[in-house]
Amino acid sequence: MSSNSESQKSTGLHIGVAAPGVKKVDPILVIDSVKKSFGGLTAVDVEHLEIPRGAITALIGPNGAGKTTLFNLLTGFDNPDTGAWSFEGKQLAGISSFKVAKMGQVRTFQLTKALSLLTVLENMKLGAKNQTGEKLLNSLFPFLWRKQDNELEVKAMELLRRFKLDAKKDDFAASLSGGQRKLLEMARALMTDPVLVMLDEPMAGVNPALTQSLLEHVLNLKKEGMTVLFVEHDMHMVRHIADWVVVMAEGKVVAEGAPDTVMKEQAVIDAYLGAHQDTDLGVVTGRIKVISEEGK
Amino acid sequence: MQFLSASNPKRLLSSLLLLLIAMVLGFGLGATPASADSVGEDLERGITGNVKLEGEPLGGVRMIVEGGGYNAETVTGADGKWYIGVPGVEGDTYKVTLDQETLPEGIAVTGEGGATKDVVLGKTSPLVANFFIGEGTRVTVSMFDQVVARLIYGLNFGLMLGLAAVGLSLVFGTTGLSNFAHSEMVTFGAVAALVLGAGLQLPMWVAIPAAVLLSGAMGWALDAGLWKPLRKRGLALVQLMIVSIGLSLTARYLFQYFVGGGTEQLPGADSTMVPLFGSVALSMTDLVSMAISIVVIMGFAWWLLKTKTGKATRAISDNPDLAAASGIDVDKVIRTVWIISGALAGLAGVLWAYFRPGIKWDMGAQILLLIFAAVTLGGLGTAFGALIGSLVVGILVETSSLFIPADLKYVGALVVLIGILLFRPQGLLGKKQRIG
Amino acid sequence: MDWGSILNNTLAGLLTPTILAFALATLGLAMHFGFAGLLNFGIAGFMAVGAYGYAISVLTFGLPWWAGMIMGVAASVVFALIMGIPTLRLRGDYLAIVTIAAAEILRLLFLTTAFEPVTGSADGLFGYNNSGGFADANPFPPGDYGWGPWTYNEQTLWMLVFGLMVLAVATLLLWALMRSPWGRVVKGIREDEDAVRALGKNVFAYKMQALIIGGIFGALGGIVLATSTNVSPGVYVTSLTFFLWTALLLGGAATIFGPVLGSIIFWVLQAFLTNILPALAESGILPVSGIQAATLRYVLVGIGLMLIVIYRPQGIFGDKREMTFVK
Ligand SMILES: Nc1ncnc2c1ncn2[C@@H]1O[C@H](COP(=O)(O)OP(=O)(O)OP(=O)(O)O)[C@@H](O)[C@H]1O
Ligand SMILES: [Mg+2]
Repeated sequence: MSSNSESQKSTGLHIGVAAPGVKKVDPILVIDSVKKSFGGLTAVDVEHLEIPRGAITALIGPNGAGKTTLFNLLTGFDNPDTGAWSFEGKQLAGISSFKVAKMGQVRTFQLTKALSLLTVLENMKLGAKNQTGEKLLNSLFPFLWRKQDNELEVKAMELLRRFKLDAKKDDFAASLSGGQRKLLEMARALMTDPVLVMLDEPMAGVNPALTQSLLEHVLNLKKEGMTVLFVEHDMHMVRHIADWVVVMAEGKVVAEGAPDTVMKEQAVIDAYLGAHQDTDLGVVTGRIKVISEEGK
Repeated sequence: MQFLSASNPKRLLSSLLLLLIAMVLGFGLGATPASADSVGEDLERGITGNVKLEGEPLGGVRMIVEGGGYNAETVTGADGKWYIGVPGVEGDTYKVTLDQETLPEGIAVTGEGGATKDVVLGKTSPLVANFFIGEGTRVTVSMFDQVVARLIYGLNFGLMLGLAAVGLSLVFGTTGLSNFAHSEMVTFGAVAALVLGAGLQLPMWVAIPAAVLLSGAMGWALDAGLWKPLRKRGLALVQLMIVSIGLSLTARYLFQYFVGGGTEQLPGADSTMVPLFGSVALSMTDLVSMAISIVVIMGFAWWLLKTKTGKATRAISDNPDLAAASGIDVDKVIRTVWIISGALAGLAGVLWAYFRPGIKWDMGAQILLLIFAAVTLGGLGTAFGALIGSLVVGILVETSSLFIPADLKYVGALVVLIGILLFRPQGLLGKKQRIG
Repeated sequence: MDWGSILNNTLAGLLTPTILAFALATLGLAMHFGFAGLLNFGIAGFMAVGAYGYAISVLTFGLPWWAGMIMGVAASVVFALIMGIPTLRLRGDYLAIVTIAAAEILRLLFLTTAFEPVTGSADGLFGYNNSGGFADANPFPPGDYGWGPWTYNEQTLWMLVFGLMVLAVATLLLWALMRSPWGRVVKGIREDEDAVRALGKNVFAYKMQALIIGGIFGALGGIVLATSTNVSPGVYVTSLTFFLWTALLLGGAATIFGPVLGSIIFWVLQAFLTNILPALAESGILPVSGIQAATLRYVLVGIGLMLIVIYRPQGIFGDKREMTFVK
C-alpha cells in the first residue's frame, strides 16, 4: 500500500517494553481487571489495558476471543462480573450505554443494526447529538429545530457521499445490501462526532476498492483528533492503518505492540493457529477472506 | 426536557410506589362496608336471602357467592336482606358462604352443612338461599387448616395450569410464537369431552382420553393448516401473535355459537369428600385430577429429558439455527410440540371443567392470563420454568383469598408477575440474551 | 327484511361518540405500536383509567367536569409510569403480557365489591355528566340538528362536537410529533433500540414518553366514551383491546389517519353486521338462531383480523414498503 499512509502512523505511544498491559503516554481508555463469564465460560478477563489517544488501535484475536464481549462491556451494553474502566478519566463502570455514547465513546455492532424502516438520510440524521427537536416539547415547534435539521442534512450528505450512499438517501435502509448497511452504520456513528469510535469489524463484507477510500477517511479522522478502536480479522487492513495492535485470545490480552512486531510474536501465532508454527501471522490471515454474519 | 431522567430511577421508583400505595389506601378508606346490600343487579339472575336472628333482621353480615369463575360479595342491609346477581344460567352451581366473623358474638350458623352451601340455579330468579343462625359455637376452621387446605387447592390448580403452561412455553421456545389461542385449545379439550361424554353418552374413562387425543389432533391440524404455512411465508413474530389473537376470537365465539352462553356440567364428577388432614378434605374428583396431573407431568418431563425428540426440542429452544445446522428436523419437532401442546391443553381443559366446575365457551380465556403469567414467571420458553411458574401462580391465587376479597384473587397473581419482572426480568429460570 | 332501517342504522353508526372514542384509543395504539413499536395490549386499561378517573373525580371528589377530565388524563400518566418502569427495559413480548395483565388488574379492581362506594362495582358509575356540569356546558340550544340518519338532539351534538375536537387535536399532535426529530428517534427505537442507544439517546425515556402520550390518547378515548354512556367495567375488557388492535391494523399501524379510518370502518362494519345478521336469521336466509347470528359477528371479526395481518399487514392506508412487522 502507499507509503503515504505509512508516514501517517503514530509512534511512541507507549512507555517501556511493549507487553500486555503496557502503560501509554496519553491513554484515553484505561481498563482494570474487567472480567465476564457466561456460565462456566470466561469470555473476557482483562488485567490491565490502555488505549492510546489520537491513534488507531486494532483489537484482533481468533473467533470467540471475547472482542465483541469486551466492546459490549466497555460501552455499557453488558455488565461485567468485576472490574472498572475509565474514559478520559471518568469512571464508566455501571454507567448506562446511552450515557457512554453521549460522552463521545460511540460503537458500531458486528451484526449490523440498520434502522430498516427509516430512510438512509433519516438514519444519518438520527446519529447527530444535541438536537433541539429531539426534546418532546420542542419537537412540536418546527421553528425551533428546522435550521439545525437542515444543517444536519448537509453534514449527513457529505458523509454519505464519502461512503458512496448518497444516491440511496431516500431509500429505506431495509433495501440496502449487507455491505451498504455496514457502511451506513459506520457513517451514522460518525454523525455523532465521537471522541473515541469503536468499530466492530467495520469492513467485513465491504468491497476492497471502497475499503481503501474509507481507510483514508478514517486516517483523516485521526488527523482531526479522533481516536479509533476497531476489531478486524483482515490483517492487511490492520497493518495498513493501525498504529497499535492489541491481541486477545480466550478472553485475555496476550500481546500488544506496533503492527509489524506484534504479528511475529509467538504468543499471537499460537493464539491463532494453536500450534508452534514459524510464520508471520499477517501472511497467513491476510489471505483469508472473512465472511461475517450478514443480512440480519 | 425529557419527562424522566433515568439518572435516579431508584428515587423515582420509590416515590411512585408511595403514590400507588397512597392510591390504594385512599380507595380502602373510601370503601366503608355495610352500605351495599345488593350487587350485580344488571345481571339476569341472582341469589338472595334474608339473615334473621330469632325473627330480628341482622344487618352487616358478609355474604359471598362463588362459582364458574365468578366471585361477588355483599353485606346485608339493615333489613337483613341481601342480593347478589350472577352471570350463570339454569343448572349452574354456586357456592354461597355466610361469613361467620361478621355475626354477633356467640352467634353461629346452626343449620345442616355449616356456613357454606351449594345452590343450583333453577327456572325462577332470584334463587333464595337462607341460613339458620342462632346461639352456638362456630365450627371454625383453624387458620392453619385453612392455609393447608388452600395450599392443596392451589397445588391442584397450579398443576392444572402447568399442563397448559408447558405446552404454551414449548411452542414459544421452538417457534417464538406467543400463542393467544392456547386458551381455546384448553376450552376445546373440555368441549370435546362434553360432546363425547354427554352427547354421545360414552363412559367418561373413554371420553376423556378420546378428548385428549382429539386435542392433540387439533394441535397437529393447526400446525399443518395454519402455523407451518405462515412460518414458510416468513411472517414476523408479532404478526403471528396477532394472527393467534384472531384465531382465539374466532374459536372462542365458535364455541359460543355451538355450546351457547351457559355452563354445562361434565358427567362423572364425584363429590365424595375424602378427609386428608385435620378438617381438610378434598373431593374424589379433585384427588383423581391431581393424580392425573402429576402422572402426566412426570411423563412429559421424562419425554423432554430422555427421548430424542425431547432433547431436540430443548436444543431448538436453546438455539434454533444451530439445531437446524446440526441435522435436527426442525419441522418435525415443531409438529410434535404442537401435538403435545394441544393434548396437554386439552387435558388441562377437562380438569379445569371439573374444578370450576362447568364448561363455558370462554373458560379457557378466563385463565389465559394466569397461564401467561406462569410462563413469564418461569422465563419465556423454558418448560420447567413454566411448571414452577404455574405452581407459584396456582398456590398464590388460592392462598391470596385468605387475605384479600375473593373477587380479587387473580389480581394478586398478576401483581406478583409484574413485581418479579422488576427484579428478575428474564423470569425465574430464563437466561439473558446476547447483544451485539 | 327491513333494508331501510338496516341502512339507516349502519349510516348512523358512521358518526357516534363511541366511534370517536375508539378512534382516539386506536390513535394511542398507533403511537405505541405503529410508531414506537411498544406491544401494548392494555389499551382498554388506559381507556378505563380515563373514564373512571373522570367519573370518580366528579362523583366522589366533587370536581367540575373539566377538572375531572384532567384528573382522568393525569391518572393515565400515572398508570403509564407504573406499567412502563418495570417493563420498558424488557423484551417486547414481556410488555405485551404485562400490559394485558395490568389492564385486567385494573378492571378487576374496578369490578370488586371492596371499593363499591367509589367504583360502583359491577353497576359502574353514572350521573357524573350532570353533576359535573358537562351537560350544562353544552353551548347548543335545544332542538334537532342534522338530517337523515345523522339527526341528533342538542345533547348528542355536544358530545359529538366535543369528541371531534379532542380527536382533531390528538391527530394533529400525533402528526406534529411524528414528523419531528423526536418522532425520528421514536421510530428508530421501533426498529432497533440498541442501535439508537449506541447513538447516545435515552431510549427508556423516549419509550416512556411514547407510552405516556399514547396512554393519554387512550384515556381521552375513555373520557369521550364516558360523556355518552355510563362507565361500566364490562366495557373495558381484553376483547376491546383486541378490537382496537384490529381497527389499527385495518387502517395501517404506522400512519396518522389510518387508525381513525380503520376505527370507522371497523365499527361501521360491526354496526352493519349487528343489524343484518339477526335480520338474515329472522327471515330464514341464514339457518341460525338470533343469538347465534349475533355471535357470528365476532367470529367474522376474528377471521378478518387474521386475514388482514396475513395478507395486508401494512393496513389499508399503509405504505406497501413500510410493513410494520419486520422484526
Ligand atoms: N450472551 C452470551 N451468552 C453465552 N455466551 C456468550 C454470550 N456472548 C458471548 N458468549 C461467548 O463468549 C465468547 C466470546 O464471544 P465474542 O462474541 O466476544 O467473541 P469475538 O472475539 O467477538 O469473536 P468473533 O471474532 O467471532 O466476532 C464466545 O465463546 C461466545 O460463545
Ligand atoms: Mg465479535
